Formats: sequence, structure tokens, C-alpha cells
Amino acid sequence: MAYFLLRRTIGFLLTLFTVSVIVFGVMNILPGDPALTILGLEASDDSLAALREKLGLNEPLLERYFSWILNALIGDFGKSHSFGVPVAGLISERLSMTVSLAISGMVLTILLALCLGIGAAANHKKIGDWGVMFFSQLGIAIPAFWLSILLVILFSVKLRWLPPGGFPGWDNPLMAIKSLILPTVALALVQSAVLARVTRSSALEVMRLDYIRTAKASGFSNSRVLWRHVLPNALIPIVTIVGMQFAAVVTGTIVIENVFYLPGLGRLIFQSIANRDLPTVQALVMMFAVIVVTANFIVDLLYLVIDPRLKERN
Amino acid sequence: MIKLPINLIIGIILVAIVLGTALLSLIWTPHDYALLNISEKFHQPNYIYWLGTDQLGRDVLSLLMAASRNSMIVALVAVLLGGSIGTLLGLLASAIGGWVEDLVMRIADIGFAFPALLFAIMLAAVFGPSLTNAVFAIAFINIPVFARITRASANQIWTRDFVLASRAAGMGRSIITFNHILPNILAPIIVQATIEFAVAILAEAALSYLGLGAQPPSPSWGRMLSEAQTLLYLAPQLAIYPGICIVIAVLGFGLFGDGLRDLTDPRLVRER
Repeated sequence: MAYFLLRRTIGFLLTLFTVSVIVFGVMNILPGDPALTILGLEASDDSLAALREKLGLNEPLLERYFSWILNALIGDFGKSHSFGVPVAGLISERLSMTVSLAISGMVLTILLALCLGIGAAANHKKIGDWGVMFFSQLGIAIPAFWLSILLVILFSVKLRWLPPGGFPGWDNPLMAIKSLILPTVALALVQSAVLARVTRSSALEVMRLDYIRTAKASGFSNSRVLWRHVLPNALIPIVTIVGMQFAAVVTGTIVIENVFYLPGLGRLIFQSIANRDLPTVQALVMMFAVIVVTANFIVDLLYLVIDPRLKERN
Repeated sequence: MIKLPINLIIGIILVAIVLGTALLSLIWTPHDYALLNISEKFHQPNYIYWLGTDQLGRDVLSLLMAASRNSMIVALVAVLLGGSIGTLLGLLASAIGGWVEDLVMRIADIGFAFPALLFAIMLAAVFGPSLTNAVFAIAFINIPVFARITRASANQIWTRDFVLASRAAGMGRSIITFNHILPNILAPIIVQATIEFAVAILAEAALSYLGLGAQPPSPSWGRMLSEAQTLLYLAPQLAIYPGICIVIAVLGFGLFGDGLRDLTDPRLVRER
């Protein structure tokens, strides 16, 4: 158990380190001269030299890497070139938007997927099962941004129930929640399609086992057997996919925020690309990559909680 | 007589439609897709413009056909590039084993930490957005996928008797790899390539929608959607057709890949 934890933690830290090297390398070595990337070909030599000095580009590469990492660890991501303020400030202003979208999207994904997946397994080879399978096949093929547009056409353009985009701020909670409904649904519907399919096949595997037959024979109701006996034992593959999907949901927020013009980190990335604001892009890409890697690490640890047998095996 | 899985049959039909359209667009489209004709803008579907015209008076059907060609080319290049690198890495890992295998697999793990979108964002920030960068980003995410599946399949073949016999006969690892291992693991690789083709179509559309892929005037389903989004109140139909095309293409290649897998590896047939 301790060995397993140690191995996973070292692997996690190594992955984080390598990811940071890749992000730093792509953003600082590939372009040749980041100052030229930021200012463009028409920039004068003086302004290029000044920016190089300001960004610390005259320092040796290794020193720049370590100062970037060490500062990032204490929450200092440098100064945004286009906004003229610290990147950390820009991130903290927009973080709540992205976090609320990601969490609401993930919760809705899991709720939808568990209900659909267990429902389909309970109705195996009946019409409900086929319906769920059709929905999931379609959901995998539909891009989230197109689904968003379809939702806007229906609920904003035709029915005029919900705003087509934008965010009024939390001062007006009702409007704020209303403007998050479509983005959350768009994010969750596509993700839950994949998860529902995994839930269904995992539940079907468990339902074949003897102890489920015993539980049914003991006179437990169908729903009790499904939710108390089948679901907990079908969780391992579900949790694996949930971990991967958390990563997909987090990067999905980048797309969805741009579809609905929501002022979160995803919008900030695209504004920064348009402004050639390399320090901001670098900080944000690193942040999203860290979230993805951490999510996978947490899933690894969750296995131990879900399946105590693994503790002994390790 | 082999009974073809139903998903394979539907997949073949959809793939044939998409590939047929892409090939047809090379020699014929109803109109010149690049021809701007402002006086003809926002036509509803009629017998001249079968799917109507867009905000610049371009024929929507011709644009969709030309975009299908671009989408197929991007997916093909990205999967071929990422697939070949990944397959070679997987073969290398399996043939040498030991620390090389560990290293390749750790690199593959790290590759999974970068969704295509993040990688495309970095490339766009550094080199500016372009279709080439999108292709590289999509190819990049394919490398770990193929490296893993190749290594896993190749490791099984290395334990077979005929491989042991070749080794006993004095054949080198590289000759065994290309003469015996690769031909025997082609089936799972081709299946994976078909599935990744669907993923690549979806990724290209998303990147182009976000402005990180195809740049104007190059037609792309994703970009058509982002242009149509600003006109939802005026011409919502423009936001429908490109999405349907994406779904048909992704669904087609996805089902085709699933069907091929069921056909080539009956052990994997899951409960449907």
C-alpha cells in the first residue's frame, strides 16, 4: 500500500516535471525569439532588446526555466504582456467562472450517465436500452460546440427562454444561473454519452455474477439490487472514465466558454493568443495540463478506496 | 459466409458517402465554392442553390463538399503521421524491452497529459494559427495511442513459437520486427487508425471552429459553423448543415472502426 502510494506519487511528480519542461520548451525554444513572436516582424531592434530585457530572455535558458517554475509554485506567473498586470491576477478573476462551469458540467455528466447507463442495463435488449445506445453513439459523434449552437437556436433564438451567451456576473444570481444552463448542458450531454455506455457495459458484467442472482433470489427489489449491489461493484471502470472525462470537461470549458462568450480562463487563452501574450498562454496551458495530470493521479488513488482488495495486492 | 456486424455495414455506407463526396469535390461541385456573389446572399434552398447560399452569396453545398475534402486530408495526414511515429515507438519498445520500453511508455503517458487542444493552443501562440499546426497537434495526440496499442500487441507476438524459432535461427531483432511482428499486428493498428480518423475529424472541426485550424478562404466545416454562429438570428440554417456533415463523418468512421474490431477480434465483441 505504502509502496503503491510512493510509486504513484513519484510518477505523478515526474510527469508534472516533464509536462512543465515541454510547455516551457515549446513556448520558449521553438519560437527562436519570443520577443519577435510577441512584437512581430516590424518591431525595431530597440524595442526588441527592451522586451527581451523585460521578459528576462537574456538570462540562460536553465535559469529562466527554474525561475519560472519556482515563481509559479508560489503563485507568481509573471506579468501579462497585453494586459500589463500580473497573470496570477487575471487568472484569479476568471477562475470562478471556469470552475463553476467545470463542476456543474461534471456533476450533470455523472448524474445523467449513471441514470442512463443503469437504466439501459436494467432494460437490457429492450427499447430503453436501444434508445440509450443510440443516444450515446450520437453523443460521441456530435461536437460540443455544434450542440451548443443547436441549443442556442432552440432555447434562445426560437423559444427565447435563455440568453444565447455572455455572463452578467454573480450580482444577479438568477440571471447568472440562467446564463450557465445552456453551457452546462452542452458540456454534460456529450460527455455523458461516453460515460453512459461504460456504465451500461460495466453494470451488465456485474449483473451476470452469482451474488446478484442470490440478491434477487433473496427477494430484494430490482432497484435495490441495481443501486446497492450492481452499481458499487461496477464502479472501477466508471471511475477510470470519469477521471479521463474530468480532463475532457476541463478542456471542454475552453471551447464552451468561447461558444457562449463566458469570461473564464478559456476566453482568456484565446484573447492572449490573439494578443501574442506568451507569458499568459504559457501559464494557462501549464495550469490546464496540471489539472489533467492531477485528475488522473486522483483516479489512481480512488481505485484504492473503491476496491480495497488492491491495497493487499500492492 | 461471414455475417458482417451491423455497425460495420452502417459505417461502410456513411464512410462511402463522405469519401465519395470528398473525391467528387475534386472534379465537380455545383458552383465555384470560392465565388463571392453578395447579391445572391442568404438564399433559402432552391433548384439553383440546393442548400442555399451564405452571407457572402457562396453556394453552401459546394462549400460543404470542398470542406469534406479538407477534413479528410487533415485527418489522413495527422493519423498517418502520428500513427507511424507511434507504431515505430511501440515496435521499438517491444523489440528492445527493459529501460527503453519503460521510457517509451512513460513518454506515452506524458503525451496523454496534453489534449490536442492544449497542444494546438501552444503552437498557435508561438507560430500563429494555421491548418498545418492543427495537423501537428492532432498527429501529436495520436503518437501515444498507437505506441501503446502496438507495444501491447507486439509483446504478445514476441512470445509465439514462430518468433522464438526465428530468433533461434539467428534472425536479428529488427528483421523479426518488420518480417514477423508488424504483419501480425496490422489488424489492431488498422482498426485503431480508423477510430482515430473519426477523432481527428472531430478535432479538426473543433480547432477550425476556434480559429486554430483552417484559415479563410480555405473551406472547413468547423469554420463554417463559427461564421454561422454570428448569424443565428438571420440564417440559423447555415449552422445546421456543417454540423450534420461532421456527425455523419465522425459516426461513419467510428462505426466502421468498431465494426472492423468486432470482425477481426471476436474476443472483443462486447454486449451490445
